[in-house]
Amino acid sequence: MTLDISSVRRQFPVLRRSINGRPLVYLDSAATAQMPEAVCLAMARWNKEQKSNVHRGMHVLAEESTVAYEDARTAVQKFLNAAHPDEIIFTKGCTESINLVARSWGETHLQEGDAVVLSMLEHHSNVVPWLQLKDRKGSDVLWMDIDEDGMPKLDDLKKHLKTGRVKLVAITALSNVLGIAPDLKTIIAMAHDAGAWVLIDAAQAIAHMPIDVQDLDCDFLAFSGHKLYGPTGIGVLYGKRKLLEKMPPFLGGGMMIRSVTQEGFTPADLPGKFEAGTPPIAEAVGLAAAIEWMQQYSWEDIQAHEQELLRFAIDNLRLIPQLHVLGTDGKSQIINHKSPIVYGCLSFTLDSVHPHDLTEILGRQGIALRAGHHCCMPLHTKLGIPASTRLSVGIYNMKEEIDVCAQAIVDAQKKLHT
Amino acid sequence: MDLYAENILDHYRHPRNKGQGPLAKGQAVITHMEENLSCGDTVTIHLSIKDDCITEISWDGTGCAISQAAMSLLSEELQGKTLSEVESLTPQNVYDILGVPIGPRRVKCALLGLHVLKNTLRMKERKELQGWNETVGND
Repeated sequence: MTLDISSVRRQFPVLRRSINGRPLVYLDSAATAQMPEAVCLAMARWNKEQKSNVHRGMHVLAEESTVAYEDARTAVQKFLNAAHPDEIIFTKGCTESINLVARSWGETHLQEGDAVVLSMLEHHSNVVPWLQLKDRKGSDVLWMDIDEDGMPKLDDLKKHLKTGRVKLVAITALSNVLGIAPDLKTIIAMAHDAGAWVLIDAAQAIAHMPIDVQDLDCDFLAFSGHKLYGPTGIGVLYGKRKLLEKMPPFLGGGMMIRSVTQEGFTPADLPGKFEAGTPPIAEAVGLAAAIEWMQQYSWEDIQAHEQELLRFAIDNLRLIPQLHVLGTDGKSQIINHKSPIVYGCLSFTLDSVHPHDLTEILGRQGIALRAGHHCCMPLHTKLGIPASTRLSVGIYNMKEEIDVCAQAIVDAQKKLHT
Repeated sequence: MDLYAENILDHYRHPRNKGQGPLAKGQAVITHMEENLSCGDTVTIHLSIKDDCITEISWDGTGCAISQAAMSLLSEELQGKTLSEVESLTPQNVYDILGVPIGPRRVKCALLGLHVLKNTLRMKERKELQGWNETVGND
């Protein structure tokens, strides 16, 4: 289906909202994307007509729920082009997916002196679990700095891999601050050559670029449903079957066991082994609906639309005096004249205007931007700034909204400083 | 009433008692810094105290209009106050001084100055520093 923005917008109930008499301008999809009606309806239908626990009952509702839940797994498998459905583990979010790998794989495969490589672009969810392992196991965390284009330095990776201590490279597919996409294929090939596994944090990338886990050849990949126009409360961990099979369970409870005695237990096969307790069933149904909804449009059209929006945003924001777009502005903390392509979001600073003041003032006019360190304190420290303001786009945004936002920034600057 | 009232913006653009460093006329100066980790705002206070009275205050900081204006307004109130008066200052006193509605998202901005102030006194008395929960009044 061709991507007609006004028809897309009509499918998102929240976009009809107004705030203080002005239409909502939602530019915070990198934090969470809104849900189309189709997703809300699919979840409501399950809740009203099919709600039942999965796998354990023989009655009709249990059967329908189980089918819906496993269909959702297959939908995700196809979306990522994973080889097998049991390589798809449902979690409560991207953060839990990464923690699952850190706890299950990390606890058993990392020894004192082993190392995990991270990039300076990482979100805290892909930093803290590895720092926790460092505290518990004595494993090291080694960093890939970023170059003047904001790209993780491959030289740093090469240097770290040479030590022979690196067991895992955990890296984002798309920065949630700079909108910069590292060269994953090269990084994965380098890591594999050195005998290290690779975990991809696809929290941001999942809604903005096609991902093929077999083509990438990544070993793990994590994302959340709610940034993909789906509900909160569900995430996915993809893992290569041969790796997942060797990993011990993460949480203990129902569903993850084959048998339990007074003395011990035998874990279930994949994927149940990693899905202890009642899973987020309504959310899985919602995630599948979101994937189906998105797939009616082509990636080519989605990317062309979002690129146009971001290019327009960069060109317009750069006209505002004292505004510095991070990573694409000669005056910004990352000196860069090549202006790499950014996906999904961009962040900026405004001299002598604190991001919290800016987003509060814009928020009252119905414009939703995000302020702070965006859970990327190492990156902000590197850039030498305490905080920035982020503008992120989704499939439903329009150039007119960027215009409204840019004008409001100019007005806020005047309000605070004249 | 607008959070960014003229009074707040005036103190933000022209902060009082700011940037003079630790001035002392013969008395000991206590200096303490606190940070609001969620946004990176910082305030450092220098207090001169004589006979349990604040004789001089100067401060420094970076941050949003609310945190900086609140510290500026608070610094005007502190001149000549006794330590026990300062110890009994409450979040509500700060909100009253600000005179604008402080929503839940901006509580820590508004109270950063109070938080530093309370901990400056605790430092002076070699007491354990108080956490944000205590400053905000959640304890």
